[in-house]
Amino acid sequence: MQIFKYLRGVSLTLLVAALLSGCDAVVMSPSGDVAVQQRDLLVWSTILMLLVIVPVIVLTLWFAWRYRASNTEATYKPDWTHSTVLELVIWAVPLLIIIALGAMTWVYTHKLDPYRPLDRIDANTPIPADLEPLTVEVVALDWKWLFIYPEQGIATVNELAAPVDQPIRFKITASTMMNSFFIPAMAGQIYAMAGMETKLHGVINEPGVYQGFSANYSGAGYSHMKFQFHGLSEADFQAWVDKNKASGNTLSREVYKALEVPSIKDPVKRYASVDPTLYHAILNRCVDPGTVCMEDMMYHSGHGKQEADAAEGHDAHAGHDAHGGHHE
Amino acid sequence: MSEATMTADVKTQDGQLEFLVKGDHHPQNGTLLGFWLYLMSDCLIFAALFATYGVLARSYAGGPTGMEVFDLSLVAINTSFLLLSSITYGFAMLQMQANRLKGTLFWLAITALLGAAFLGLELYEFYHLIHIGATPQTSGFLTAFFALVGTHGLHVLFGIVWLVTLLFQLKKHGLIPANKRRVFCLSMFWHFLDVVWVGVFTYVYLMGVLP
Amino acid sequence: MFENLDLTKLIFGRLTWDAIPFHDPIILATFAVVAVGGVAMLVALTRYKLWGYLWTEWFTSIDHKKIGIMYIILGLVMLLRGFADAIMMRLQQAFAFGDNMGYLPPDHYDQIFTAHGVIMIFFVAMPLVTGIMNYLIPLQIGTRDVAFPFLNNFSFWMTAGGAALMMVSLFVGEFAKTGWLAYPPLSGILQSPGVGVDYYIWSLQIAGVGTLLSGINLLVTIVKMRAPGMSLMKMPVFTWTSLCTNVLIVAAFPVLTAVLGMLTLDRYLGTAFFTNDMGGNAMMYVNLIWIWGHPEVYILILPVFGIFSEIVATYSRKPLFGYTSMVYATVVITVLSYLVWLHHFFTMGSGASVNSFFGITTMIISIPTGAKIFNWLFTMFRGRIKFDVPMLWTLGFMVTFVIGGMTGVLLAVPPVDFVLHNSLFLIAHFHNVIIGGVLFGLFAGITYWFPKATGYKLDEFWGKLSFWFWLIGFYFAFMPLYVLGLMGVTRRVSHFEDQSLQIWFQIAAFGAVLIAVGIAAFLIQLIVSFRRREALADETGDPWDGRTLEWSTSSPPPPYNFAFTPRVHDLDAWWQMKQHGFKRPESGFIPIHMPKGTWAGIVLSAISVACGFALIWHMWLAAAVTFVALIGTAIYHTFNYDRDYYIPAEEVERIEAERTKVLANV
Repeated sequence: MQIFKYLRGVSLTLLVAALLSGCDAVVMSPSGDVAVQQRDLLVWSTILMLLVIVPVIVLTLWFAWRYRASNTEATYKPDWTHSTVLELVIWAVPLLIIIALGAMTWVYTHKLDPYRPLDRIDANTPIPADLEPLTVEVVALDWKWLFIYPEQGIATVNELAAPVDQPIRFKITASTMMNSFFIPAMAGQIYAMAGMETKLHGVINEPGVYQGFSANYSGAGYSHMKFQFHGLSEADFQAWVDKNKASGNTLSREVYKALEVPSIKDPVKRYASVDPTLYHAILNRCVDPGTVCMEDMMYHSGHGKQEADAAEGHDAHAGHDAHGGHHE
Repeated sequence: MSEATMTADVKTQDGQLEFLVKGDHHPQNGTLLGFWLYLMSDCLIFAALFATYGVLARSYAGGPTGMEVFDLSLVAINTSFLLLSSITYGFAMLQMQANRLKGTLFWLAITALLGAAFLGLELYEFYHLIHIGATPQTSGFLTAFFALVGTHGLHVLFGIVWLVTLLFQLKKHGLIPANKRRVFCLSMFWHFLDVVWVGVFTYVYLMGVLP
Repeated sequence: MFENLDLTKLIFGRLTWDAIPFHDPIILATFAVVAVGGVAMLVALTRYKLWGYLWTEWFTSIDHKKIGIMYIILGLVMLLRGFADAIMMRLQQAFAFGDNMGYLPPDHYDQIFTAHGVIMIFFVAMPLVTGIMNYLIPLQIGTRDVAFPFLNNFSFWMTAGGAALMMVSLFVGEFAKTGWLAYPPLSGILQSPGVGVDYYIWSLQIAGVGTLLSGINLLVTIVKMRAPGMSLMKMPVFTWTSLCTNVLIVAAFPVLTAVLGMLTLDRYLGTAFFTNDMGGNAMMYVNLIWIWGHPEVYILILPVFGIFSEIVATYSRKPLFGYTSMVYATVVITVLSYLVWLHHFFTMGSGASVNSFFGITTMIISIPTGAKIFNWLFTMFRGRIKFDVPMLWTLGFMVTFVIGGMTGVLLAVPPVDFVLHNSLFLIAHFHNVIIGGVLFGLFAGITYWFPKATGYKLDEFWGKLSFWFWLIGFYFAFMPLYVLGLMGVTRRVSHFEDQSLQIWFQIAAFGAVLIAVGIAAFLIQLIVSFRRREALADETGDPWDGRTLEWSTSSPPPPYNFAFTPRVHDLDAWWQMKQHGFKRPESGFIPIHMPKGTWAGIVLSAISVACGFALIWHMWLAAAVTFVALIGTAIYHTFNYDRDYYIPAEEVERIEAERTKVLANV
């Protein structure tokens, strides 16, 4: 009986999956290893829960039909209100499923923690010892995305690219609004918040052009706060970097101040070079010349005395680290 | 609640279950419980403010620290005003239980005066802080400080307004049950503010001057 | 000349003619309809001389039954506004693809989805739930009114005042464009300098006072005023779930008050609670608002669980299966609802251990909830089920709600949430539980208790029609959103590029139209039933052969509810009385002590709304005056000691004799 329902659960899920693949459901058929694992978790959790959901729905309809008032042949027990065995079962079944699901949750939440560097490129490939992740600094502006490649020294607006099968380390912040950095084909989302840094690790396994966008409503231009994410071969990525370098633009603090002004539907912009301190300044809210950076000020008194040192060790990053768990 | 359980199996003379209360039935008065619940909800507002202060307590943003701006001796005097006012409210309650209207009024008036003295000193402290540039807008720390202490102060102000109103009502109607209930509720309110202040004093001022 | 200018500013603040949205034909047309309707109503009220009646019998009434009904009317009226917003969103999203920008600019669209959320939660679901609790609790526990009758009237008017202020924002100024929880920094003064967020803050604060006081009131009523013999474990399940809900209200709403207060200070005084600079921390707002927000969900669903429990037992003609485990399940949910708030923002970057803790506590809630579902199932088991409209809603709920529950648990798995958070999958999930749970339950409850409140049943045909349109409409409207969520489409988007999504939005819009028919059928049902009230009359007071004490009174109950306070011996008190051949007394009545009506509630609320309006528009003079007036009126009211009266025994006797006559004819 149980096995039968299990199979039905599986087939239902497969049916849903088949329907969805027909309409390009990116969450169900992603192209990055992290998102693939998240999809698998989604499917398995669904199957686990269908074990109880399907019987409940079937029983509801069956009981309603069987014990309808007009069916006088069905048993009628007007005083039956309690059964210890039954009560045990109805508490135990959900409990067992939740224990299984809870264990899965604990393991996979740690395994798929966005702050945790990847340990594999895909299901069959561990990370080669010499492969360094690509670092991208992401700034959510109103309402466009700025991507800074500190290692390549370039920056782009509303276009992101990365070589396939190379882990990417995103460091994410924002200029004002709270946004959410999300490329469904690659990995789950994480918030981008001003004065704070969040992190995301991901990898893209198939070349292609993917959609990225803000997943957290941030005001008038939110609907168009989108960018394209290019998964490229190693050579194509190098060509892409060169293309940016060829643009000849420089992203200085002044250029950034102009860029930061709210705007909607911005075209792709490319910068051949970037002020190397810019990201740090954005994160610490001291892009304007003469402003004191948060990390130098927030936990310090302006009357400057003894306390500066005591507060120093408080935080390695900016004023706040959004990631409580990684504080220590 | 005891009433509810005790009378469960009342039967009529012929042994049938009695399903009605054949007489004038008044449920228990719930004013004190209700007021207590209100105080607990108020306590949660303070809990939120304390939590906020906990998060922002060291966000000086270049502004002054607690150590630089708190004047503990002033706060100590202030605290003693408020604690003393709780005691005098206690005296008022004793007078009320002895059904002495004049004594009740007298001690209530003293309580109001002590409360006013507390408020006066607190306002002076605020004035002083703003004067030296430590305004609520300066930093997260000062924002949270002014909000927590100010909310407490507003409660004290409200308590004094209530107390004065009650003085008039006592004068007019005397120690009738409705008034006694009100005096009792205000007493809970007043002591509650005292307890909150002990928290403020410890958590904000004493811990605030620690390095 | 400058003095003149300052005076204008002092009086009118930032309110100018520009605040009236003359440029927006949609709003203008709405205003015309509202104005014409409003004037027509005023004329009718004057023409039929109903003002006095409304004032004395309803507006100033402290009768919990009338207040309950007023709450429900408020909820239903606001449902129309909230639904109008919903259908506007559905239409926009069905058309706004590619070059077609739709008919709503982002500026307007953003206000609509914010208003939709705020209205549906605060001014539809809350008043309906509170209204049903208000009406039923005293009747179910065998008492004559709530613990604080004046406070009850005041609470209602504060809720209504909040709703009124929110409605004003439609025609004067604008509403918030921030989403229904108004996260900073977006809701901060730098990013939202207009009056929208201020309307949001003050209407919620004013309504919040009402909600909190009504929570305290009902809590004390249940704890202190139960009929003799009704121990806690003999309370009807609906009263139990209401008790837990009111505990949640008292323990959650103060946090909302506090966090909105802080946002107010940030906006009005430039403080630094949630700002990006000066050491503020916006994450704190998100935490605090969800510490209120998550219990709020259970505040809505728990009483509805109680409603379903009553209905399942009545229409299965069996007592509820597993009463005790039902009660414990409710209590467990109450406690756990405080330990899950962080699951609303797994994506804010808490550590894996924190995320999994909150994910797992969330899943644990599904255990008692699952137990409840099974209890209803086994109540039906070996029963004799009648498929009246309330039972249909219940069955629709049981099937729909478990699906919503399942997607909810999915979202509680943090890595899964990372890909589904803020997506339309999430939207589909919470509409799945709020419509499939709360709203179905409210409709079930309204249909079930309607004869009790009015003396006549609701028309079956239109009721069934309404049910089927709602049910099918719901699936059409929200199943596509699950699919869209899996396609990576996020919420609150007003325009799309990808044409392949359009068909799903069109299906959803079709579903919304079906729901519109469902709502229309419900309204027609009210009118048809009123016209057929003779034929549908309930003269027994117990049309469904009910089990709890409210069915022992006449329909509608007399002002004093019970001529004699009932004495309770067992669960399902009325059922037991019927089993023992209880005879209604026809003589020996005594005078009954009752509270008096008062003007204070409606006046205080009106002044609060005026004060809120003045604060929103920075009319400092008016704000000060109204605030002083508010305090003054409240103090003045406390000098009124004459708050109760006795209904003479003869009057009681007359009312009861009438009932005896009616019952003799049944």
